[in-house]
Amino acid sequence: MTDPTIAAQADSGGSYVTALEHADGGGTGKKGKPRSLWSDAWGDLRRRPLFIIASVIILFLIVVAVFPEWFTSADPNHRDLSRSRQTPSSDALFGYDVQGQDIFARAVYGTRWSLLVGVGAAVFTVVIGAVIGLLAGYFGGAVDGFLSRVAEVFFGLPFVLGAIIILNAFRSSGVDSAFALVMMVVFALSLLSWPVAMRIMRSAAISAKQQDYVKAARALGASAWRIIFRHMLPNCLAPILVYATILLGSFIAVEATLSFLGIGLRDPAVSWGVMISDARNYIRVAPHLLLFPAGILTITVLAFVMLGDAVRDALDPKLR
Amino acid sequence: MGRYVLRRLLQLIPVFVGTTFLIYVMVWAVPGDPFAGMCGERPCNPAFVAMMTDKYNMDETVFVQYFLYLGNLLQGDFGETFSGLAVGDLIALRYPVSIQLAVIAVAIEAVIGIAAGILTGLRGRGFVDNLVLVSTLFLISIPTFVTGFLLQIVFGLELGWFPATVSSEATWGELIMPGFVLGSLSMAYVSRLTRTSIAENRRADFMRTALAKGQPKRRIVGVHLLRNSAIPVLTFLGTDLGNLMGGAIVTEGIFGIPGIGGLIYDSILNKEGVTVTGVVVLLVIVFLLVNLIIDLLYAVLDPRIRYD
Amino acid sequence: MRRPRWMAAVVMPVATALVITSCGGDDSGDGDGAGGAGNNKNDTGTVSVFGTEPENPLVPGNTTETGGGKIVDAMFTGLVDYDPVTSEPRNAHAEDIAVSDDGKEMTFKLKDGWTFHDGTPVKAKNYVDAWNYTAYGPNGQQGASFFMQVAGFDQVNLPDPDGAEGPKPAPTPPAKEMSGLEVIDDLTFKVTFSAPHPIFRVKLGYPTYSPLPDSFFADPAKFEETPVGNGPWKFVSRVPGQEVLVERFDEYKGDDKGKVKNVKFSFPESADAAYAMVVDNKLDFLDTMPPSALAGNIWQTDLEGRSSSAEILSLQSMSFPLYDPKYKSVDFRQAISMAINREEITKTIFEGNRKPATGYASSKVPGWEPGACGELCEFNAEEAKKLFDKSGFTGTVEITSNADGGHKEWVDAACGQITNTLGVACKFVPVQSFGEIREKINAREMTQIYRSGWLADYPLVENFLNPIYRTGGSSNDNGYSNPAVDAKLAEADSAASEEEAYALYHEAETMIAQDMPAIPLWDNPSQFGWSTNLKNVRMTPDRELDLSYVEIA
Repeated sequence: MTDPTIAAQADSGGSYVTALEHADGGGTGKKGKPRSLWSDAWGDLRRRPLFIIASVIILFLIVVAVFPEWFTSADPNHRDLSRSRQTPSSDALFGYDVQGQDIFARAVYGTRWSLLVGVGAAVFTVVIGAVIGLLAGYFGGAVDGFLSRVAEVFFGLPFVLGAIIILNAFRSSGVDSAFALVMMVVFALSLLSWPVAMRIMRSAAISAKQQDYVKAARALGASAWRIIFRHMLPNCLAPILVYATILLGSFIAVEATLSFLGIGLRDPAVSWGVMISDARNYIRVAPHLLLFPAGILTITVLAFVMLGDAVRDALDPKLR
Repeated sequence: MGRYVLRRLLQLIPVFVGTTFLIYVMVWAVPGDPFAGMCGERPCNPAFVAMMTDKYNMDETVFVQYFLYLGNLLQGDFGETFSGLAVGDLIALRYPVSIQLAVIAVAIEAVIGIAAGILTGLRGRGFVDNLVLVSTLFLISIPTFVTGFLLQIVFGLELGWFPATVSSEATWGELIMPGFVLGSLSMAYVSRLTRTSIAENRRADFMRTALAKGQPKRRIVGVHLLRNSAIPVLTFLGTDLGNLMGGAIVTEGIFGIPGIGGLIYDSILNKEGVTVTGVVVLLVIVFLLVNLIIDLLYAVLDPRIRYD
Repeated sequence: MRRPRWMAAVVMPVATALVITSCGGDDSGDGDGAGGAGNNKNDTGTVSVFGTEPENPLVPGNTTETGGGKIVDAMFTGLVDYDPVTSEPRNAHAEDIAVSDDGKEMTFKLKDGWTFHDGTPVKAKNYVDAWNYTAYGPNGQQGASFFMQVAGFDQVNLPDPDGAEGPKPAPTPPAKEMSGLEVIDDLTFKVTFSAPHPIFRVKLGYPTYSPLPDSFFADPAKFEETPVGNGPWKFVSRVPGQEVLVERFDEYKGDDKGKVKNVKFSFPESADAAYAMVVDNKLDFLDTMPPSALAGNIWQTDLEGRSSSAEILSLQSMSFPLYDPKYKSVDFRQAISMAINREEITKTIFEGNRKPATGYASSKVPGWEPGACGELCEFNAEEAKKLFDKSGFTGTVEITSNADGGHKEWVDAACGQITNTLGVACKFVPVQSFGEIREKINAREMTQIYRSGWLADYPLVENFLNPIYRTGGSSNDNGYSNPAVDAKLAEADSAASEEEAYALYHEAETMIAQDMPAIPLWDNPSQFGWSTNLKNVRMTPDRELDLSYVEIA
């Protein structure tokens, strides 16, 4: 079967691309020098305002994640019930939570773990899903049958069941450092989420296989691996990148749900998700407990999706 | 066509066996003694534990347990829970509610997501596009339980626009708000998917041909564009329908919906492999059948696709 | 000193309810009040009560958890029941209870004319058969240990030689019936104890001591499907995982006959959902507020005029797994207790809805004397630090609990205080299910301090001490053993009068506090709410709606 979203494409020049982008696209093409897809994309990207804004936000978050102590001098874990649920003040920019911990300091220190969970899980999911999906889509037949059945079995697993098993198995093995906790969550999330990415990649691969450029490459005697990774992969990336960037955001949020169920991150890896989960009983009495971590989470997710969007547009040669 | 359907149905068998086995083993691997929590804040009477262990074959290896279970299942017996209830009864009671909830959720995410996608896809970049992007992202970046509690408090308890909880009858009206919460996660993805799909198809040859033939714009968009953009969106919605049925643990808990999500969660914690497997097997079958139907729909939507 | 406070909380709404209903002219509560001409709603209406799915079939001897206990309580009436307000024991089906002078024999005379729901009379034989069935080891009934003191128990219930986990099954006991039980005539039976046990009378309100009809012994499986009791409420139907419906048993002869026609025990998906249902008037009674409703005391405004708080027989505590050498030092255990500022936690985290504990029992227990824990249960940073330094503890203090149930907040807060006071790292280790924690505790493999709540089976101090702190007690999970405490408890058990017993139990408590095997934290008064459909709502000390009193508004 074919997937017409990708099968039926025309050349560039749609009104979908704005005038600015259109002009840029034309500008980069004029040099006449042969350039790779990626360097082409880079030239396109660095002229997009959305891409620049998103990159700045993400770079900033990375700096916060690596050097949290540059941004706050407060101890994120110091509890003092006498200042429980105090609203924002000059002492504490975001106020204090139920335990009297400084919300701003916690948010700053939580950046590292939240980013690690989101990025880590999204990357693993897409890598597993994309590789399996490409193989299934390209080879078809028995390979496809087997891989698709495996994906269906995994898809059928209730997420919470899988998460409980995996996270508990690691916990009973005595893992206790913050980084190990995060990796456990990343592993559980990606192991249980790859089937969707696989399905997306598979249908993209099936339709790409019938495209002229693949047929041409095959006629020229290119190896299967070369065709898959050199020709098909870049052309199948677009749909999965959209998925991945949204996935990244939802993973950061899902991690909060895991904490809510008691299987997510915990001390010492305090993430935004943990903060949100802790705030849930106080939504009505002290909304600031929820508002700040949730707001930061939203901005972060937004930045990644904008980035993904821009990269997708730049990578897709048909849109240029 | 007939052979294709038959082949797809045959493919259900390995998935069925694989899923039941994997789930059974995983539940078996959940830490904790299933009978230890049944006696309140005291250790259980050893005689009680011994009797229960014997009754539920818990002293056998997991493989023996699984094959005993599978044998019963094939005869239509779903087994019984540790508290002596027939799993078949529980499923019969709760399944319809979960299906109802999932259908509502998918309907809401389809209507809102596709509408937003069409709007932004046709218009291209601009204020509306960004507004839709930000608002749908807002929904996915907030965990389900927070969205659930917020809507319940604001629209259910404070404003009283919707019922804050669902009674055991679970009427359609009561399920609208939970359906929205459940569907909100995927709404963003549906709208993005529709937008991308439409944006790409707008420049397709068939669109240009239709335009050149001088067809009215309404017809071009309504028939050619939407029909050709529907496939990826439909695929996703089908996948999601199966997904949402079992994945509503948190939503069901917040709104008190007597569906299968809560049943699955409790049974996992109680190590009731029989219940979890029974419920999930049905989920997987429904999921695969929905996917089959959607694959068959492809051929209707796109004449280039043929199954033979 | 404790009763007035409690009365203030519960009697007030009751009093207002009385004023309202007096117009209807039917609030006499004389047992025949049901079906009075003034209130037709009671005759047709249904009261829905929050519950949880029973863990076992509804057989009284096999039900020790609260979900099933609540329903079994409504369907069965034993020899004794407890006053719904004072929790004092009073005769129910027993006409007279005579104790021999040496305290080793107890003779029960039953009231005549009582029947089971199937119409068969309740005879002395039904009690004796039921008790023998429950106690008999191979029947695997959870309530077996409740008959420990009856002579001949050791002949019907043998311990498993290699423990419950061992491969060998418990041997078949030599006798099927306890020698200490004797039917004298249809309405009289006698119990002989292996040691004097006059306090037995007070325990008898617990459902495990209920009689069972002959039909149970004929076909237990059928009974499990449609249980037949002898109490004020008759089983009607059960929807698995959702509800159990009972109706008023009109031929009931006891004093606690219901006024409304039907009671439905519903099992909502979560406490949060149950709360919203009560606010929404979809559920009529909720016995515990979820943490989200306690925050900022929202429940008081959401449920204004239809909520209240009552003390119940429950105490929250933290236990040390004493078999782990980490917790050997008494100084360390006392230091932890004194590092926790109970006042502050009950005020901030619980918004004043809990009461700092001063001893090892709940203040609702009749005859209990507060203050046994004394200074050891009061926050004292200096003393705590001194003791802690003396104990030489190193590493991280870890406290574990099941993650559901709203325990994280207070454990985190306690940890914060421990860290701030003692300068030692402290963290909360959540576990998904209660069963998982229980398993570790039962297997004596716990390595962390764990939460240990206790809801008493019957209103007696004894029930807070004997099972938990006596060597080999049925709930002595942390391996605490102090011969002096054991001796004191034994002395109290066989004390000649109840007053004397209470004084001795208090002494025992003081001795336990010095060893600090567990840290008493706070009393758990229960905040409850009801829908606008109800009136005359009050809660019994075992956290149940008083079904004999409630009416439909």
